[in-house]
Amino acid sequence: MQIIENEKKYDVVIVGSGAGGGMATKILTDNGLTVALMEAGPFFDPANPDQQLHLKWPYESPRRGRGSTRAFGDFHASYGDWNVDGEPYEMKGDTKFNWWRSRMLGGRTNHWGRISLRFGPNDFKRKSIDGLGDDWPIGYDDIKPYYDKVDKLIGVTGTKENIYNEPDGFFLPPAKPRLHEMYYKKGAEKAGVKVIPSRLSIVTKRISNERGVCYYCGNCGRSCGVYADFSASSCLVFPAQRNAQGRLDLYVNSMVREVSIDNNGKPNGIVFINKDDNKEYKINAKVVVLAASACESARILLNSKSPYHVNGLGNSSNMVGKYLHDSTGTNNLAFIPDLMNRKTYNEDGMGNMHLYSPWWLDNKKLDFPRGYHIEIYGGLGAPSYGTGFNFNSLNSFFGLDVGGYGERVREEVKKYYGSTIGFNTRGESVPNIDNYCEIDPEKKDKYGIPVLRFNYNWSDYERKQAKHMNETVKEIVQNIGGHMLWENKGVDNGLLKPGEVIHEVGTTRMGNNPKTSVVNKYEQLHDAKNVFIVDGGPFVSQADKNPTWTIMALSWRTSEYIINELKKQNI
Amino acid sequence: MNRRDSIKTIVISSLASGLVLEGCLPKEKKTVYENVWKYKYGRTPEELKRDLELLNQVFFSEGEINKIRVLANLIVPPNKDGNIDDAEVPEFIEFIAKDAPSFQKILKDGLEWVDTISNKEFGKNFIDCNVTDQKSILDTVAFPEGKKTKEEVFFSTLKDLVITGYFTSEVGINDLGYKGNQPNFWDGVPDEIMKEHGFSYEKDWNYKFVDPLKRNDLAKWDDDGNLIS
Repeated sequence: MQIIENEKKYDVVIVGSGAGGGMATKILTDNGLTVALMEAGPFFDPANPDQQLHLKWPYESPRRGRGSTRAFGDFHASYGDWNVDGEPYEMKGDTKFNWWRSRMLGGRTNHWGRISLRFGPNDFKRKSIDGLGDDWPIGYDDIKPYYDKVDKLIGVTGTKENIYNEPDGFFLPPAKPRLHEMYYKKGAEKAGVKVIPSRLSIVTKRISNERGVCYYCGNCGRSCGVYADFSASSCLVFPAQRNAQGRLDLYVNSMVREVSIDNNGKPNGIVFINKDDNKEYKINAKVVVLAASACESARILLNSKSPYHVNGLGNSSNMVGKYLHDSTGTNNLAFIPDLMNRKTYNEDGMGNMHLYSPWWLDNKKLDFPRGYHIEIYGGLGAPSYGTGFNFNSLNSFFGLDVGGYGERVREEVKKYYGSTIGFNTRGESVPNIDNYCEIDPEKKDKYGIPVLRFNYNWSDYERKQAKHMNETVKEIVQNIGGHMLWENKGVDNGLLKPGEVIHEVGTTRMGNNPKTSVVNKYEQLHDAKNVFIVDGGPFVSQADKNPTWTIMALSWRTSEYIINELKKQNI
Repeated sequence: MNRRDSIKTIVISSLASGLVLEGCLPKEKKTVYENVWKYKYGRTPEELKRDLELLNQVFFSEGEINKIRVLANLIVPPNKDGNIDDAEVPEFIEFIAKDAPSFQKILKDGLEWVDTISNKEFGKNFIDCNVTDQKSILDTVAFPEGKKTKEEVFFSTLKDLVITGYFTSEVGINDLGYKGNQPNFWDGVPDEIMKEHGFSYEKDWNYKFVDPLKRNDLAKWDDDGNLIS
């Protein structure tokens, strides 16, 4: 197939416009470089009335928000979910992996939970602590200055807590807890579980004149129309565009197939398929930055095969795709009788929980090696498709009859409105070389690009952790007189399937040894000095934290490194 | 061109040309415009096309829709706070059956069953029975225990859709008492409710929460991360 070559030569081509790619775009263009930013999906601006999702009512959808075309509901800001039309993926053996992709400017940062946690000193040195996995080649002190900068640029709520492995930052003020959160605090503290205000990238106090301040509609998952939450589009790419004076070209609907190389085997740009005309184009650039997500970037490298790179680019170690890991998770739901018959008031608040529990125990005293944190949800939320299903099933806790119809419906729906608390426990898994993604030997997507095949199974480390998660939640619920609505059983103790927490990382892990890692401590390929990876791929281990803040801090650090290396003409 | 066709044409042509619908529309088209606006909720072109195709199809017959309306009024009886028609429950159920085809057979068969049983018991169609007789039929399937019969699955499904349709409508949301989805300042749970539950922000917390008077001042910190603005 003929490849149409763009004459222009950029300093840098960045693949992916989410957290990592958005940050690299901002830092590199702010420093005068010319950049081509590639995005596989369409342009997206949450403030555009045609794309706007926040402040919509359920009845503005003819299906009242049902997740018929979007897995998390009609108003969820993600174009694409576990399935993307024409872009399948495969699984090996009894693997059950779920891979969320958002094909849109800003990627998955449009819909994420905004939980913005720094990794702590221990999180970079897990092997030294428990002998499992590997240490990172960097430590907390290397990344701390960049966490500080991310806090100040993007904004994150929080409070000074002086907890060693939950470092404090430059915080915006927290919002007061909701009623069910007060109950949670009461039950958790009785169980010895620490509870602190949430660390969310939501602007509770003005951080920039280009962005609004949170007005508490509770719907960050819809991507904020006044830019009061962090989405890579509104907080990084748009400011970069305004500042770049023509140095930034944004290519949307552009599906990158591979990194291209010159006659000497040196990467010199990327090849992409324009989804609008289905033709292949080439972008020339001195530096290639991959930020397509851990799995998608691994896919691009593995598909970049040539006589110089027979295993795919950057894969002389055979490590690309290996050590894929996601956060662990179990979900629980409880009924709290003290929260029945509530007087209603506007309890939307911020778009996630106002408080949470960071990991509070020492794994040396437990039968599993890594920690977890507890997220909660509940309150007088907006009705949505599903509200009122089995409307009086909670009657069973009082020996009252379940079912019926008529006058009792209104009465019983109101009686139980806001009386449940959900618990999402999210933890660290142990990276494992046998959990990986690779190129499927046969299948291709609708653009003709070979697709990924996943192989991933949980181990007893995760299963035991999940058991502890469930037991902790149960104790907290009992402490406030509540009832669990289900019990997580089975061999995996209710562990979500790998991929389902949408924190997949590790596929291009960093290290000092080129035989056991893909990138060095600056996220630079060992095998090609002018290719960098700034998504979750370079993570050596996941921590019991959400990865976004670390992706952005590392991307900022790598971007500065790129700028310096270009100045020194090293790349 | 019928009304639904014209909606489709207008929306698809506006998408194709990238134009936003506005300005000097003749009166009839203005109504059409309002109908499109009603379901304007940030769809991608593919999703919008799917919505319009479904809105363009008819799944339930007029008789079936009438039966759904009668059943829905028995499930959530009208009162001063709202009713099934204001909540557009029949329209919602018509749409959801096309949107989620797994509902189709359950609902169609169930709607047929209510007539079969009412004719058997009372010698007339369900909607022609008096309320007492209608309820006597529903009571046989309204309290399932253990594995549900086909008829119980039908009534549970219909009931879920009716109740969710009601409480996700404008009247239903007001009826429930949901107060959000509007710009505001969250200053915590009202004092009297905190008190009723035995909580207090002052007593239980030692934090400076968001200050409504200073939240529009640009955030500034000292070197130790203390907020100073």
